[in-house]
Amino acid sequence: MKKLTEEQQVVDPGLDEQVKKLTPEMIQKVVKRVLTKEASARLKVYIDTCVRCGLCAEACNTYLSRNKDPQFAPVSKVKNTLWELVKRKGNVDGEFVRNMARIVFTECGVCRRCSMYCPFGIDIAYLLLLVRRICSLLGVVPQYLQDTTNSHAATMNQMWVHQDEWIDTLQWQEEEAQAEIPSARIPLEKEGAEVMYSVIAPEPKILAQLLGNMALIFKVAGVDWTMPATDGWDNSNMAMYSGDFEIMGRVERLHWETAARLKVKKIVMGECGHAFRGAVYDGPRWLGWSFPPIPMVHAIEFYYDMLKSGRIKIREKYKEHVTIQDPCNTVRGRGLGDKLRYVINELCDNFTDVDPRLEHNYCCMAGGGTINCGPPWKRSRMKSNKVKAEQLAATGAHIVITPCHNCHSGIEDIIGFYKLGMHVKFISEIMVETMVIPEELKG
Amino acid sequence: MYEFARGPLVSIAFAVFIGGSFYRIISTILLAKKEKVILPFVSPRHGLRSIMHWIIPFGSRNWRIHPSFTILTFMFHICLLLTPVLTLGHIMLWRESWSLSWWSLPPVLSTLMTIIVILGGIIFFLRRIADPTVRFVSSWSDFVLVIIVIAPFVTGFMAHQQICDYNAIITIHMISGALWLVIIPFTRIVHMLFFPLTRAYMGGEFGYVRNARDW
Ligand code: SF4
Ligand code: SF4
Ligand code: SF4
Repeated sequence: MKKLTEEQQVVDPGLDEQVKKLTPEMIQKVVKRVLTKEASARLKVYIDTCVRCGLCAEACNTYLSRNKDPQFAPVSKVKNTLWELVKRKGNVDGEFVRNMARIVFTECGVCRRCSMYCPFGIDIAYLLLLVRRICSLLGVVPQYLQDTTNSHAATMNQMWVHQDEWIDTLQWQEEEAQAEIPSARIPLEKEGAEVMYSVIAPEPKILAQLLGNMALIFKVAGVDWTMPATDGWDNSNMAMYSGDFEIMGRVERLHWETAARLKVKKIVMGECGHAFRGAVYDGPRWLGWSFPPIPMVHAIEFYYDMLKSGRIKIREKYKEHVTIQDPCNTVRGRGLGDKLRYVINELCDNFTDVDPRLEHNYCCMAGGGTINCGPPWKRSRMKSNKVKAEQLAATGAHIVITPCHNCHSGIEDIIGFYKLGMHVKFISEIMVETMVIPEELKG
Repeated sequence: MYEFARGPLVSIAFAVFIGGSFYRIISTILLAKKEKVILPFVSPRHGLRSIMHWIIPFGSRNWRIHPSFTILTFMFHICLLLTPVLTLGHIMLWRESWSLSWWSLPPVLSTLMTIIVILGGIIFFLRRIADPTVRFVSSWSDFVLVIIVIAPFVTGFMAHQQICDYNAIITIHMISGALWLVIIPFTRIVHMLFFPLTRAYMGGEFGYVRNARDW
């Protein structure tokens, strides 16, 4: 028998137990549904066009980090999953489905770097998401990730936060902010406000001080803002990554409907990459809109506007040696890399850029739901991102700034695993430390 | 046999190539229209911008980090496309049959370009075996395709250099050339037709939708 790799031996009931329930008929039915009903032109053209040149390999942090193991090249991941499904018309067994789920959920962060390295622009991340979709319909999803999706389905947020906890947390953070600026507020349900501020569930659950920070920043900038007191405040979307597009659509619809109910002019969303992607791209398309119905800006852009227009001024720049983690979903996914650098340079004295940078930055290997696959897969994720550790170490910085929750946790993991001795910060944390708080606000 | 190859076979091959290419492109565009989430994101400006970066040598980061491969693939593809169209012998035949005629390459140059195609094909073939990643994703058809693609160049070169019996070789040359044309729309060589489509779509998704660069 062939020796199993370390990754193949990982125990995850979401995969192990679930594949036991599959029958060949179920697998074939689902594969047929997805490959003929849910996908057409792109799937066909991408499969016909790929000349198997291997040029996409160079793009992938997993391949680069694992000594160029051919199994980890983007095209190999497609070969090991989708090509086989197409060739065998879905006639595959549970073992195959288990391997396929491992590959697409834990060894690819759907960061889309490879589509920038394929001369044809083949969207490999899309192809691998199709495979996730198949896995999801078969019920074979890493258990931690599925739990997050279940949380979305039951509570419309990612971390089982109940409405009372939500409101309570906001009020607590409002008080925290008032210790600094007595007139700071977190206005709930203010109809007709200029801005609705959206966050992802980890903020109220584990990083509540970030909400307090925003209350200060909005106050200083003089922004007319609000947050909903109802469900619809969370725009993170792990269902988008687990392949449960029905729930993905429900989450996004509620989020947009909440903004519409509050009649806001725009949404500013917190420092998170995939949430931006879900709200601006995947969600609207699933719901049948080409573009979002209400303008939405990411925190990077919001900070940029505030600094550029002078609504926020910096008292004294941050002294520590900093570098950046460019989040895929806002840099490759929105071109905000230059604005991010503007913001960092405004806030910090000592900034060393990463290489490669901007759109070419490596993914943190936490995104695309991979970190949400939980502890069983952590070691594998770490092995898949040695290049990130090397890239960060080369900057010699102490602080990694990243405006993305997933990147934040992912980079923390990498720093710990590779003993880099660095720390990770959000922009808002540095902004509240360095901005000018006008005398009249200090009270 | 020679007469058949020279006359009907070549005409049929051109007809299949042209008809097949139109069919593949049009059916793909119609399918894309049905998929709904493709055409709204196509932008001619960003599509073209992306194509330009990828058809210019070293225009993209991936071309820059693989300089020898880039030079090889550009030389191979340019010679592959231009040589047949600009070879004096071909143009004379087209003038005779269809009274079409245009500028031709000096024979030395077309011989040189033919050699580049043959060598390039051989290197690609060997790379498929030598590079573990490329080998892993290749199937037998990828090797056969390389052979079909360079066959007309090998036989053309042999005919021109009068290696072996000229009549036999030139017949094989025309048959392999016909095969070459016919397989374009129906095998992975279709990447030649689809390149502008996939690239332009990605250019739109990156540039128009996401305000980002894809090169
Ligand atoms: S670079 Fe593109 S064409 Fe080449 S193997 Fe990868 S996906 Fe296929
Ligand atoms: S992790 Fe990124 S580069 Fe690697 S295969 Fe997935 S999308 Fe492509
Ligand atoms: S977590 Fe950050 S880097 Fe990683 S995929 Fe998301 S946005 Fe990209």
